[in-house]
Amino acid sequence: MPGADTAEGRQTAAPAIELRGISKAFGPVQANRDISLKVMPGTIHGIVGENGAGKSTLMSILYGFYKADAGEIFVGGQKTLIPDSQAAIKAGIGMVFQHFKLVQNFTVLENVILGVEEGARLKASLAKARGSLKRLAEEYELNVDPDAKIEDLSVGHQQRVEILKALYRQADILILDEPTGVLTPAEADHLFRILDNLKAEGKTIVLITHKLREIMAVTDTVSVMRRGEMTATLETATTSPEELAELMVGRKVLLRVDKKPAQPGQTVLEVEDLHVTDEDGVARLKGVSFHVRAGEILGIAGVAGNGQSHLLEVLGGVREATGRIRVNGQDIDLTGKHSDGRSRRARGIAHVPEDRQRQGLVMAFKAWENMILGYHHDPAYQKNRFLMDNAAIRTESAASMQRFDVRPPNPNLAARNFSGGNQQKIVLAREIERSPDLLLVGQPTRGVDIGAIEFIHQSILDLRDAGKAILLVSVELEEILSMSDRIAVIFDGLIMGERLPDETDEKELGLLMAGITDTEAPPDFETIEAALDAAAGPGDAPHG
Amino acid sequence: MDKMPRWADIVLIPVFSLVLAFLLSGLVIVAIGEDPVAAVKLMVTGALGSTYGWGYTLYYATNFLFTGLAFAVANHARLFNIGAEGQATLGGLGVAFVCLAIPWPHWALALPAAIIGGALFGAAWAFLPAWLQAKRGSHIVITTIMFNFIGASLLNYMLVNVMRPTGSMDPATARFPPGAHLPTLHDLLAVFGIPFSKAAPANISFLVAIAACVLVWLLIWRTRLGYEIRAQGHSEPAAVYAGIRPVRIVVLAMLISGALAGCMAVNNVMGEAERLVLNAVEGAGFIGIAVALMGRSHPFGVFLAAILFGFLYQGGAELALWTTIPRELIVVIQALVILFTGALDNMVRMPLEKLFLSMRKGRG
Repeated sequence: MPGADTAEGRQTAAPAIELRGISKAFGPVQANRDISLKVMPGTIHGIVGENGAGKSTLMSILYGFYKADAGEIFVGGQKTLIPDSQAAIKAGIGMVFQHFKLVQNFTVLENVILGVEEGARLKASLAKARGSLKRLAEEYELNVDPDAKIEDLSVGHQQRVEILKALYRQADILILDEPTGVLTPAEADHLFRILDNLKAEGKTIVLITHKLREIMAVTDTVSVMRRGEMTATLETATTSPEELAELMVGRKVLLRVDKKPAQPGQTVLEVEDLHVTDEDGVARLKGVSFHVRAGEILGIAGVAGNGQSHLLEVLGGVREATGRIRVNGQDIDLTGKHSDGRSRRARGIAHVPEDRQRQGLVMAFKAWENMILGYHHDPAYQKNRFLMDNAAIRTESAASMQRFDVRPPNPNLAARNFSGGNQQKIVLAREIERSPDLLLVGQPTRGVDIGAIEFIHQSILDLRDAGKAILLVSVELEEILSMSDRIAVIFDGLIMGERLPDETDEKELGLLMAGITDTEAPPDFETIEAALDAAAGPGDAPHG
Repeated sequence: MDKMPRWADIVLIPVFSLVLAFLLSGLVIVAIGEDPVAAVKLMVTGALGSTYGWGYTLYYATNFLFTGLAFAVANHARLFNIGAEGQATLGGLGVAFVCLAIPWPHWALALPAAIIGGALFGAAWAFLPAWLQAKRGSHIVITTIMFNFIGASLLNYMLVNVMRPTGSMDPATARFPPGAHLPTLHDLLAVFGIPFSKAAPANISFLVAIAACVLVWLLIWRTRLGYEIRAQGHSEPAAVYAGIRPVRIVVLAMLISGALAGCMAVNNVMGEAERLVLNAVEGAGFIGIAVALMGRSHPFGVFLAAILFGFLYQGGAELALWTTIPRELIVVIQALVILFTGALDNMVRMPLEKLFLSMRKGRG
């Protein structure tokens, strides 16, 4: 019976969930690294972290969607193997996904019994579910019309159906992945009341979120994840939003780069009042202005999703915009036929995109084919009017792969067969070898192994020292601080301010990144949250 | 990488699929009380045992080569062009217009003109679906299949109302002038003193198709346009990043695809029928999909697959002629081959891949 075994028999100290040494890698990317976690029964435990910190991966392991490379899971003190979601349900774990898994044209009742129907005829199951739903509704404020179709329900009600589904399957442990991302504030408050009721009945709740307000409001304990690692587990009552924010963004030993002072020359890039509206009609850049000089690196700091990706795409010719951009004193087209990547390259702009696997490389192409992506019109690669000179391209690619230490230096290997760091070196080799006037670099070391980071940083610095202008976009504050000659902070589509790396610190930048320009005012978590909210970007919002 | 050796991917999987398809076909033949061994013998001798058989096999193969290449080119841009049927139908109109336009003095003049006519009409028929896909996002599978029906109706109208010679009861054009008659393989091989069946319809279009294979190979793997088509097919975001305009690639790839399909009419309309009749394409547009899938969209693979399907067509016709195996069963056999080589590729691939992996582990 759902909700039948409640508070009694729970005095034992065994944690409801215990993870020991969970690790999980996707190819070269370590999504979870040696994670240990204890969640005590009858508590609400929050897990916070930036996008890509590994929260969802960890919970997917717990729910049997992924198999951990290493580590053990204990449920109620018992070592438990969770090879699939059936096993997770059996172990009393329920999950409410960010994107609901409901059949739109089924009723609430039909969705609840889907997969746990008893027998071929539905009548008995439906009647049983109807009774249970009624009881659950009274107990937990989980009231939903059992005969309503899902497509007619509000998002908040649909979420309640997901919770009901889990409870109907006798879940004692409920995992909610970013549950408020799609809710209105009122709906969110209602959800928190439901969670409190569930907790009072002895259920254990794991709440995954990047919103600090929710953590502070409802959790008993909180864990912080960063770059696949569990960096801290704290009592919510003893921590503060500032501390959590700092733990999330991370303050690690700086990878100081050995660099000479910049020798800035003439202005290469001038951006004036740049505006971008994305496909969904959301304003992403709201009047950005800055400039980059030859021989210097301008770092754009900011929490991911505040417009820096759009800025790179506009400059790289992937996206249209309004405003004014001048390169070496001459205007470049921001819309129309001559605003594409080919025109940009012709103007001496090279672009190392943020997402090398989606944009920077054709993963199925061989390395030599990728080495000319975007430059394939270059006369040096043509044998005659019609045919390309593949042999020459191969030879040149092999040489530049050697110079950039791509391993293995085999131009005939498909891009997907290289590690993340070596894929990035292929992109960098391609863009830097052309000796562009302006190099756009997005997240140069994301998902790159430590060994390659230094090489990549050095290559960018070498280009700077050769008198080229460089625009560096990174969400890694330490990378921005160590690489840049000037730092501009972007928040919600606006440049909040410019700083010199020697005259600022992570704390000041962190405040700017949260949209607070006046350094006197203490950070309040509403604004920090707003910044992190913006970071969630359109990827987290439901499509439609 | 956990992958099979390349030769296994290219050779072993199609062969395995074929064997499976033939085994299952054999079972079906046994089930209706016929002798599968005799049936195979009849198919082989009927299709490959004489120059007459070869003449038909290569004639069909020529059709499938054009439509297979058409599908393959679009497929490299990740466009599923199932409109080769309609594009070849329109190609027939183009070829007929060219052939009937003037009294051609010699086939050597008529042939290039007919190729251009067929290609233009085929490309034109592919243009609208391509443009709708590129600009409006209308799915090319839906639009091309609708254009197949429109094409068939258009041909019907043209033959009945416009191109039918006065007094004729037959919905077909007049016979093409003798100067537009293409030399058959019999005529061509006679130059070298090699005897070849006079009755078989295989003609010089077969050589045109082989030239098209070479040209497509060059286009896809040796030109900038081919590079851009493949980049777009593998990853549109990467193509856009590289300054490749998707609209241009979608339209160009479909125009080339449609042109290749349209060229098929040189074989069946100009080379064989020597006039344009209703339903001249006879489903070759759809066989082209199977041919291209089996040939992995590579011109050489398409060539081999086209010959195989040519053999199946001619062998199937022989079976229907000489045994009590009903004609429908031939279609079943052909369908099984398509099913196994095209649709059920993974069914053969996955066990084979596992086998190779376990062998590798056993060694290492």
